[in-house]
Amino acid sequence: MAVEPKIRLDHVSKVYPGTDTPAVSELTLDIDPGEILVLVGPSGCGKSTTLRLINRMIEPTGGRIYLDGDDVTDVNPDQLRRRIGYVIQQIGLFPHQTIAENVATVPKMLKWEKKKISARVDELLDMVGLDPRVYGGRYPKELSGGQAQRVGVARALGADPSIMLMDEPFGAIDPITRESLQNEFLRLQDELRKTIVFVTHDIDEAIKMGDRIAILGKQSVVHQADTPERILAYPVDDFVRSFIGAGTAMKGLAFERVGDLDLAPFDGPNGNGESGAEPTGTITADATLYEALEEMLRTADGKTIVLDDSGEPAGVVELSHLSDALRTAQDEARRHYDELEAAS
Amino acid sequence: MDGLQSWWSYVVGHSDDVFEATLEHAQITVTVVILATVFSVALGIYVQSRPTSKAIALAISGIFLTIPALALFALFIPLVGPGNSPAMMALFLYAILPILRNTVTGLDEVSPAVVESARGMGMSPAQQLWRVRLPLAWPLIMTGVRISTLLTVGIAAIAILVGGGGLGVFIQGGLTRLGLPNSVESVWVGTVFTVVLGLALDAVLSLIQRLTSSRGLRA
Ligand SMILES: Nc1ncnc2c1ncn2[C@@H]1O[C@H](COP(=O)(O)OP(=O)(O)O)[C@@H](O)[C@H]1O
Ligand SMILES: [Mg+2]
Repeated sequence: MAVEPKIRLDHVSKVYPGTDTPAVSELTLDIDPGEILVLVGPSGCGKSTTLRLINRMIEPTGGRIYLDGDDVTDVNPDQLRRRIGYVIQQIGLFPHQTIAENVATVPKMLKWEKKKISARVDELLDMVGLDPRVYGGRYPKELSGGQAQRVGVARALGADPSIMLMDEPFGAIDPITRESLQNEFLRLQDELRKTIVFVTHDIDEAIKMGDRIAILGKQSVVHQADTPERILAYPVDDFVRSFIGAGTAMKGLAFERVGDLDLAPFDGPNGNGESGAEPTGTITADATLYEALEEMLRTADGKTIVLDDSGEPAGVVELSHLSDALRTAQDEARRHYDELEAAS
Repeated sequence: MDGLQSWWSYVVGHSDDVFEATLEHAQITVTVVILATVFSVALGIYVQSRPTSKAIALAISGIFLTIPALALFALFIPLVGPGNSPAMMALFLYAILPILRNTVTGLDEVSPAVVESARGMGMSPAQQLWRVRLPLAWPLIMTGVRISTLLTVGIAAIAILVGGGGLGVFIQGGLTRLGLPNSVESVWVGTVFTVVLGLALDAVLSLIQRLTSSRGLRA
């Protein structure tokens, strides 16, 4: 028995007034509790519209929306939104309020006690890596883009909503800061286990952030919704294949760790393997296959020594390991889709 | 030097009258500006999201400003009789445009992302207005109030022509006695005190503007 989905979109449609073609057409999608589901697709395909339908920033023109099994298509939208964190690319901090006041917005609306609010604000700022004593009294204009988006995330977490909707939250941030925000956010999510719908147009961000990815085409048609591993190993159609782009198979290597392989033996520094020379590159057992490949290419050896925790050689990873791993992933994904098809 | 001395002795000699006229002038101005502020801000909030109403409201309040003051003042005499009342009604119409325009512009300039996030956190339209949009538009609204105040102080000097009071009494009195002793002094008393009153009110409003605007909005 599958768990009840946290969010269920049931044939949801949106036709904007004054337009003929729906921006979202009959979208059906389940989002499980505690997962990050990434909506990814080309610009204009309806990702933001889909996200904004979930917290009823816009009203659906068809279909039903369920949260925790309850139909929320007709409940008071303001009440609904206080239960759902919402983070947008432009952040939208209130410039006339301090950082602490910004973060306190939803708890204040919910009429929490003053002491509880200020404790919560401190906790949230700490959580996103901003010292409340330093930043609490500042105004948004006194923050960098990365800091402002941290505050945006803290503010959305204000009343501890179980659902977060994030619309290209790191899209306007420089690549280095974005990388660290992504990492910190994933670490935070490990603790918080929120149900997150995350919109991006960047497939690499989708692969990195998503427990599952839904690849959307025009009018938010779901071409494939699955784990990043499976999508990379087995794109179901040409649209998905072209959207995830070149180097797809190699990206899949990032999901497996060297330590999980059945390594070839290491013959010692002066051993004479069949290929003549022993590899010179080294990586650790927790490295990904992708990193192993990079090392092989860098040293031009076609293989790389794997070091154990104490720094001693534990074995050798070879190119054939990588192709085997890719083939296994593809076989697994194909079998999965065959079973799905057989079941339907 | 002589002029200044005779002017000053005129002020000292009529200090009670000058004080009273200044007070009345201030009362007229402050009353008009308060009423115009309440009206124009409310109207601005209403029309801001309605393009047609917005254009009409701004056009009409702009037309008010082009009507010659004396004509507009006199227009109200048949309705309420002579005195300060017709003058205040006319001044009210003049004071609308700067406040209305700045209210609309101030609300227009609120970043859509800020409103989106306010809505997204579950603020009702009223909460969005009172907690976010108005506080953000406030510095600009106050600038409009200050402009209207200066405008009103100046034009209020002709209230005397429709039977009203204020510092215009000294100007009108001096002009009708031109050539007689103290007539020029009288005109200058009316003029100088009007200007000083305007500057004083503006200074007070500037302070209020500062105290009521968020530090986060200062450049
Ligand atoms: N308020 C609106 N009114 C009319 N059309 C809209 C509106 N918002 C978005 N659209 C249209 O709906 C489609 C999907 O937009 P959007 O959901 O913003 O796409 P995405 O976020 O994937 O880039 C686009 O064709 C866009 O032009
Ligand atoms: Mg979008």
